[in-house]
Amino acid sequence: MITFIQFLITGLRLGSVYALIALGYTMVYGIIKLINFAHGDFIMVGGYSLFFTIPVFMNLGLPGWLAVVPAIVICALVGMLVELLAYRPVRKTGNNLTCLITAIAMSFVLENLAQAIPAIGPDPKVPYTLFASTISIAGVSVSHATILTVAVSAVIMVALYFFTQKAKIGCAMRCVSEDKEAATLMGIDVNKAIIVTFGIGAGLAAVAALMYIAQYPKVFTTMGVTLGIYAFVAAVLGGIGSLPGAVLGGLVIGIVQSGANTYINSSMSDTFVYLILIVVLMLKPAGILGKNVGEKV
Amino acid sequence: MLEIRDLNVHYGAIHALKGISLTVGDGELVSLIGANGAGKTTTLHTISGLLRATSGSITLDGADLQKVPANTIINLGLAHVPEGRHVFASMTVEENLKMGAYTLRDAKRVAANMEKVYGHFPRLQERRRQLAGTLSGGEQQMLATGRALMTDPKMVLMDEPSMGLSPILVKEIFKIIRELHESGITILLVEQNAKMALSVSDRAYVLETGSISMEGPAAQLAEDDRVRKAYLGA
Repeated sequence: MITFIQFLITGLRLGSVYALIALGYTMVYGIIKLINFAHGDFIMVGGYSLFFTIPVFMNLGLPGWLAVVPAIVICALVGMLVELLAYRPVRKTGNNLTCLITAIAMSFVLENLAQAIPAIGPDPKVPYTLFASTISIAGVSVSHATILTVAVSAVIMVALYFFTQKAKIGCAMRCVSEDKEAATLMGIDVNKAIIVTFGIGAGLAAVAALMYIAQYPKVFTTMGVTLGIYAFVAAVLGGIGSLPGAVLGGLVIGIVQSGANTYINSSMSDTFVYLILIVVLMLKPAGILGKNVGEKV
Repeated sequence: MLEIRDLNVHYGAIHALKGISLTVGDGELVSLIGANGAGKTTTLHTISGLLRATSGSITLDGADLQKVPANTIINLGLAHVPEGRHVFASMTVEENLKMGAYTLRDAKRVAANMEKVYGHFPRLQERRRQLAGTLSGGEQQMLATGRALMTDPKMVLMDEPSMGLSPILVKEIFKIIRELHESGITILLVEQNAKMALSVSDRAYVLETGSISMEGPAAQLAEDDRVRKAYLGA
């Protein structure tokens, strides 16, 4: 029983991190129909930002986790710059494949640029471990990091949902994702809505980075690659373009991985992730919560 | 109010509009009729800035529309009801109307305009919590029109409002167009249904493969032999 609860908690925690990342994927996809392969690398940007700023905050006598604030700002700026400098000019050509290749290229550009910075370099670094202490509830030990990860993710997801439903710019983002021409006629600045989406998506990646390094205290330039892939799978599994879908997909993947690690063999966890993806896509090609929208003529 | 001079528009190598000129006076209802592919929608898209002209000028009360970004044209008092409605299908009727008032900051004005729109279209009020994608074609046309009225525009561009609607609904839509005209809104109407368009308009232009071939008072054009043969099926 304790093993079971432990597996569930670990799964929720892992899943919450994936969900935060998947939200960024799904928001960008929703608005410009682009799989932003560079999204995983925003986590790396967040990871290094935290690595450098946590000690600064602690030396100032402030709590280390506050370093997430500059990390969010830096990630959001990087995300917006990527959109502004790389995707926007390419999008004007109107060729989706060119955009996709640009996204893959941006991923390598970010990784290599990071490595070129002397203070980063090719070797992994170990950041200060936050929230390491654990509490024990009825024989199940839970770290503070776990509780925070799940709670913070839940709060962010709910806030994000209300933001897109109620806030003016949130509604504008939904309009743009549905119909750019009509959105323009309403007076919405389409490019502004897109760049805000990139900023929010990348900012969420910074929060995910904080949660992730609290569990696995290691940062390296390609750390975003596998995380990005799991989050991408989560977004597709849940139905790409759907915010609740991204959250659900993230949690499913986290729990499946944790289950495979606990009960079967950790080397099998990826197999199960993709197995679930294949089965779901066979039954529901648009993902669990995705809408299969046929072209209405 | 609206003045277009020598407008040329190209899609790549295709010369879509070949130096057209037209004017719409204050409070006038002017229609632009012509066959499929004549350039009617292109004209409206260029006026709203969704397309850019290669040469020529478009002014609205003296303001050059070609120099401002497309999303700011609504601030000049020009709204556009696009062809094929383009309602936000996953939003409710009320949310669609609110998006129509995106540029307004005064919540009271938004509420007042919404009341006015519901006055024109009681059906929309009945369905205000329904998703726009689940409305019928006629209701979607009403929603697209109502959405364009949410900013109290001086002028409205209407693109094929009768497209795909049953004859009864076409009549209803044209009744509304006439009401809007009577309330003082300037309208430029693009229609394939030339008969209906001419019956409500003050003046009209006939567009043929990118050029204006005829213009004049709507009643006079409706009697013209060439117009009757080509567009009125007589």
